[in-house]
Amino acid sequence: MSGPIKPVNQKAWWLVLPVILCVAFSAIIPLMTVVNYSVQDIISPERRVFVGVEWFMEVLRDEDLHEALFRQIQYSLSVLLIEVPLGITLALCMPAHGWKSSAVLVVVALSLLIPWNVVGTIWQIFGRADIGLLGYTLERMGVEYSYTGNATHAWITVLVMDVWHWTPLVALLAFAGLRSIPDAYYQAAQIDGASRIAVFRYIQLPKLRGVLVIAVLLRFMDSFMIYTEPFVLTGGGPGNATTFLSQYLTQKAVGQFDLGPAAAFSLIYFLIILLFSFVLYNWMQSVGTADAQEKSHG
Amino acid sequence: MALIELDLAHAYGANPQKDEDYALLPMQLRFEDGGAYALLGPSGCGKSTMLNIISGLLAPSHGTVRFDGIDVSAHSPQQRNIAQVFQFPVIYDTMTVEQNLAFPLKNRGLSPERIRQRVGEVAEMLEISHEMNRRAAGLSADQKQIISLGRGLVRPDVSAVLFDEPLTVIDPHLKWKLRRKLKQIHHELRLTLIYVTHDQIEALTFADEVVVMSRGRAVQVGRPEDLFERPAHTFVGHFIGSPGMNFLAASVDGSSLKVLDVVLTHDRNLPQGDLMLGIRPEYLEIVPPQTPESVAFEVARVQDIGTYFLVACRRGDVTLKVRMGPEMIIPTAGQTVGLRLISGRTCFYRNEELVL
Amino acid sequence: MVKKRFKKRNIFLAAYLVFALLPIYWMLNMSFKTNEEIVSSFSLWPQDFTFANYITIFTDVSWYSGYINSLIYVLINMVISVGVALPAAYAFSRYRFLGDKHVFFWLLTNRMTPPAVFLLPFFQLYSTLGMMDTHIAVALAHLLFNVPLAVWILEGFMSGIPREIDETAYIDGYSFPKFFLQIFIPLIKAGVGVAAFFCFMFSWVELLLARTLTSVNAKPIVATMTRTVSASGMDWATLAAAGALTIVPGAIVIWFVRHYIAKGFAMGRV
Repeated sequence: MSGPIKPVNQKAWWLVLPVILCVAFSAIIPLMTVVNYSVQDIISPERRVFVGVEWFMEVLRDEDLHEALFRQIQYSLSVLLIEVPLGITLALCMPAHGWKSSAVLVVVALSLLIPWNVVGTIWQIFGRADIGLLGYTLERMGVEYSYTGNATHAWITVLVMDVWHWTPLVALLAFAGLRSIPDAYYQAAQIDGASRIAVFRYIQLPKLRGVLVIAVLLRFMDSFMIYTEPFVLTGGGPGNATTFLSQYLTQKAVGQFDLGPAAAFSLIYFLIILLFSFVLYNWMQSVGTADAQEKSHG
Repeated sequence: MALIELDLAHAYGANPQKDEDYALLPMQLRFEDGGAYALLGPSGCGKSTMLNIISGLLAPSHGTVRFDGIDVSAHSPQQRNIAQVFQFPVIYDTMTVEQNLAFPLKNRGLSPERIRQRVGEVAEMLEISHEMNRRAAGLSADQKQIISLGRGLVRPDVSAVLFDEPLTVIDPHLKWKLRRKLKQIHHELRLTLIYVTHDQIEALTFADEVVVMSRGRAVQVGRPEDLFERPAHTFVGHFIGSPGMNFLAASVDGSSLKVLDVVLTHDRNLPQGDLMLGIRPEYLEIVPPQTPESVAFEVARVQDIGTYFLVACRRGDVTLKVRMGPEMIIPTAGQTVGLRLISGRTCFYRNEELVL
Repeated sequence: MVKKRFKKRNIFLAAYLVFALLPIYWMLNMSFKTNEEIVSSFSLWPQDFTFANYITIFTDVSWYSGYINSLIYVLINMVISVGVALPAAYAFSRYRFLGDKHVFFWLLTNRMTPPAVFLLPFFQLYSTLGMMDTHIAVALAHLLFNVPLAVWILEGFMSGIPREIDETAYIDGYSFPKFFLQIFIPLIKAGVGVAAFFCFMFSWVELLLARTLTSVNAKPIVATMTRTVSASGMDWATLAAAGALTIVPGAIVIWFVRHYIAKGFAMGRV
């Protein structure tokens, strides 16, 4: 929303109204329900007691929650540390023009359009020793691989699955960013005698900053909310080795019917993401300089 | 600093048959060492292609490029030691001004003291010494272009500096500042400068010699005055001058010249037959209507441009433009005037080329 | 030196493409085998090539209805999302108004809310409204994260169109609706395509909400697939075929927007 000064026009609210109604319906009303539940103890449909912040306190003291949170943070960090560099590298290798470019784009983007449970199923099959290529090969190589029995194997498999599934998002964003760099920059670098690494460091990386912010934020948020793929693959196991926050919440809400604590946790969950995203966003904006000025010449 | 000689043609396709297949038709050009040249022409005329061939970003499909006699057609820009300034400022955002200027020298392995000295000299000359430690990204467009230029000048052995419409993104009121700087640099360093533009003012004020291009051809090469006074081609007549040259169809029979159903006499050695008569609005003289050897026109419109007047004169379906200074007597619309078409400044063309 | 660099880049690319395609290939492989073959032997390609699994899916109502259901609610969602997002994005792109930055930010936060949070509330809400197990329910539920995304994408593209075009249209006498439909939208075709693509993508792949809000009539394929255990054990073959078929719509959509993917993924903000 940067650029030339925009006029003030309150009538613009009419244009925004449909969106607000839709999202209010999908978000505000349900959220009100959640807030409602989070501050009440529903002993029976007729008896409800207002308990204030009691559920919040209980949730925050919950050891299981702490563990799940810790697991989740580890997961999201690992995801970011692997997928961002990998995605950028992939984007650098992808052809820019011609039929090869289209073909590679389609193959790379494919994993993003697979329903999430199918992703889980694909890897579930792939990793089994009896019917899966990966499992079978590893077993023949002498590795005792089991993503259902061994916690470390489960972790690694879930991570590899995520990398397989979501790296293309980072790659496609970076690819778009690279395409927007005018040829003149590369020509000037050639004339200046810059090395390949210098070109990456001084031209490509700075120009990718905008899309990388989007990529990091999206990957962070989505990995922090992840549910389906690990659930289908490992069911959260072995034990709760791969039970991340979303699954923990679902278990609590649906499995145990602890609506109050579940609702309280939901709100805390949302706030954690909001907070992390806010901090991450500001940090990334402060690194490097704002190049809105550059964009106007693009 | 180098003498650059071009003897080439360029086509993007594999087997060029007709003229249209060529981006640059076969030509021979010579850029003297230390001269300031402009490549002037409308969009698509091939001037950027020529610049990229000179710089080495493009290799000519036919022919050669020579620097000081050496064939560099296959050499990269780095190997040719040229510097290029692009249409929009190309700088390294994350570096300071000083680091930007030092970059090409660092890549060549010069010693830090030598680098500092060179950078200091160039910064002085470009009057940006006070901005040395500022982050390059935060500067204005014209300052960034100066830095782009500086990166080219900082190399002590640069052979030529090429400009590809460098003032495109500069605010109009700052363009003159940069143009003045360029002239200054040319004066001080005596580098070979080649400047591509579609703006005739830029070309005519900047260059010692201008190459006017149209559709892949170098139509005329010459000093700005020559291009103005004696355009070698009707295209040059059209393109240069504001407004461009007036053209009229004429036919010669002996010593009489028939134009617009009026017969005039001439004292030139004109070839017989059909010709095109060209005269610039600045040199078209308005005289009283019955003056001998003048043709009567009706004044259709008088425009006050500010520093001059533009008088449109019509006869039949032909309109000629006359440019008059404010000190002259300006006719009014509807008035009948005489135009002296043949004078010392009139040019004659056949098949679009100057014959006299 | 140029040649060496060329090779390294291509080797990495080839390796990644293999990594990307291998699991999918494996599933395809299985989808052309019978359950017996899968369980009894192991091979890189089907020994007994068969279309039987696909035929099952195309003829068994409980299977193919899943695809149809998914397509229905995805398309409804796409139309609504992009439809309401267009005027809103225009407003954000062209005007300032009371609370504009806050509303924009609030929209983005909806993207940040874990769907799991909405499980129960949605369940209750749609039950109360009597809209459980309908396509429209899932379409509306997905608006939660698709509308903010569509607004964000479209705003990015719209900001790239100079205001002068709007002003010229007004001077020429166009009313706002006419200008918007006849002039503006054609100019941001790519943006509309990209927004529609993303809405399709996120709605097609989502499981949690889609499964919670449906049971029989509007049961999407993603829910059908999570229940393929029968008396004779896991029906891997049919499952594999079903999975393979879920990739098809996605592949088709990518192919159509392949020229816009590059710019689109950066949501016009490159």
